[in-house]
Amino acid sequence: MIALDDVLVTAYSPDPAGGADRVVRLLGPVSLELVEHRVAIVGANGSGKSTLARLLNGLVLPSSGTVRVDGLDTARDGAAVRRKVGFMFTDPDAQLVMPTPVEDVALSLRRLPISAAERDTAARAALARFGLADRAEVPVHALSGGQRQLLALASVLATEPTVLVCDEPTTLLDLRWRAVVDALLADLPQQVVVVTHDLDAALRADRVLVVDEGAVVFDGDPASAVDHYRALMQVGA
Amino acid sequence: MTSAPDNETAAAPAVALPAPIARSSVSTDVALISTFAAFIAVCAILPGIPTGSGVPITLQTFAVILAGLVLGWRRGGLATLLYVVLGLAGLPIFSGGVGGVAVLAGPSVGYLLAFPFAAALAGVFGGLALRGADRLMASSFAGRFGDGIGRAPSAWRYPLLVVAGLGASFLTIHPAGIAGLMVRLGISLPEAFAIDVVYWPGDVLKNLAAAAVAVAIFKAFPDMLRSRR
Amino acid sequence: MSGPIRPPWAGPLGLYHPGTTVIHRAPAGLKLAVLAVFAIAVVAVRGPVSAVVFLGVALLAQLVARIPWHRTTRGLVPALVTAALIGAYQWWARGWATAVEVAVDLVALVLLGAVVTATTRADTLLDALARLARPLRHVGLSPETFALAVGLFLRTIPVLARMSLETRDAARARGLDRQPRALLVPAAVRMVGHARATGDALAARGLGES
Repeated sequence: MIALDDVLVTAYSPDPAGGADRVVRLLGPVSLELVEHRVAIVGANGSGKSTLARLLNGLVLPSSGTVRVDGLDTARDGAAVRRKVGFMFTDPDAQLVMPTPVEDVALSLRRLPISAAERDTAARAALARFGLADRAEVPVHALSGGQRQLLALASVLATEPTVLVCDEPTTLLDLRWRAVVDALLADLPQQVVVVTHDLDAALRADRVLVVDEGAVVFDGDPASAVDHYRALMQVGA
Repeated sequence: MTSAPDNETAAAPAVALPAPIARSSVSTDVALISTFAAFIAVCAILPGIPTGSGVPITLQTFAVILAGLVLGWRRGGLATLLYVVLGLAGLPIFSGGVGGVAVLAGPSVGYLLAFPFAAALAGVFGGLALRGADRLMASSFAGRFGDGIGRAPSAWRYPLLVVAGLGASFLTIHPAGIAGLMVRLGISLPEAFAIDVVYWPGDVLKNLAAAAVAVAIFKAFPDMLRSRR
Repeated sequence: MSGPIRPPWAGPLGLYHPGTTVIHRAPAGLKLAVLAVFAIAVVAVRGPVSAVVFLGVALLAQLVARIPWHRTTRGLVPALVTAALIGAYQWWARGWATAVEVAVDLVALVLLGAVVTATTRADTLLDALARLARPLRHVGLSPETFALAVGLFLRTIPVLARMSLETRDAARARGLDRQPRALLVPAAVRMVGHARATGDALAARGLGES
């Protein structure tokens, strides 16, 4: 279970007049508990929805308040939280850090207490699960965008996190790959929290949060949330 | 379930906001070091202008100085060191697409070994330049408030960073390069100096470019100034 | 650094030439030590005769290692051009003896260096370096971090190459492709943005934290 208690996120912003940096609010204060199997977060660009997602595994730390995952504080037990909460980014190019797929997955497995040979076997098994078995040794830059996103997913899931947070996982993909990734995410046994611009994907969730100007402005069933979000965007336009 | 209060706007409220808490920067540091090392490699591999001494003119020194100015002495020096170590280990990432320890035997050895020191020194000088720019700006604001308004906050950064980069490269790359030429080509100081002078105009241009790019990076990512130590 | 054979090392990006000769099988550290001694000897022993002997040693190593000529010539061409130019200059300035010594010494050193590079896999060399760097873990540089930085470096080169092409296209689309500023600045800003996103991803994967 993920619990946010009175969380406020701030950031430094340079003073355009050249004075000392000011502190500005990015998100909150927000309190919520996420227990649903599938949670979607929607909102305009710059609304704070990515900040909300990044709070969940300690990539962003609250300036005040606490974020707990199964009782672990993201600020104090960051490493333990990140073992529990996998995170998938929009752009796989930033996420894939090794030259070949098998090395990249093996790198994720380094936190497990297994030998190098076992790591290699486990990495190949994880690739096979996502249909990338024959791509294990191909340079990552030679894979297609969709294959790279699958590889990113394989790397994150190789360590079997209990929660998966995805920040716009399909935004860069064509329709076919989008369907592939959506189907894979739908079948996962883990709790999945997904930030998305895809309202169809949001409608398939169990619960949808609408984020606007650093606050959660709607929280509830998908149909009402999407209606609320559509209305919100029309007013802004 | 939720109790998110209705904050109408994201504007700073009257009460003081708590300061941001930064997470450990180790992973970002590793990423920046590797990326700048790769950038130096890409700049080195790009076809350069050949010269008679066997040390072609490339964008390499631009990337080395930029690493120091942007990342600071520690991370900038490490990025450049990583590049040199990987090239010596045999990756063909030195200018002209060569690599391996053979380069140590060539005439460019002095230039190459000076790169990590150049980046580190550019980092030190860059830090002084950025602090100096802040101080100069503050004083020009205090002195003539009316005139100062139209001035961009980073107006002083550019010239001072140019000086920082030039200082670093002329204190490290050129003396070491001349020494390398003397040892490897069996020539005298004036002869090696005559070869080295060929690189000066390009070097000045590259330092002008490195400072301009550094200013743009600090403008795009202001927190790079904060983490730059 | 463990795991499978890394194609980029041995492939188009590496200068390694596979083989099973004595020189191939010699430990990387020994080869580096021999090369260092050779380099000192070349500088210390003067005269054209010794230079020719040194070149003979380097050529012999090349033959023993059975490296085809085209593998070493790539690194050698600039050295040969330089040797020819500096040889001609030294002949004019200091006479033929100095000219032969300087030019032949240069070629001999570069050739033996190329032989060491062609007979030693880069990852073997880096493994040796990582072992040497082990004491550095007390100042925060672990072998794992080094391996991560190397992998990231290799991965980033093609990313930067693609990024610079895209930036050039964007500048061209706006008719700015003749202005270095319109090329360099966006490319560098994108690069830093990419590095920071990569740092986030490393943190999210629990890499780079002790």
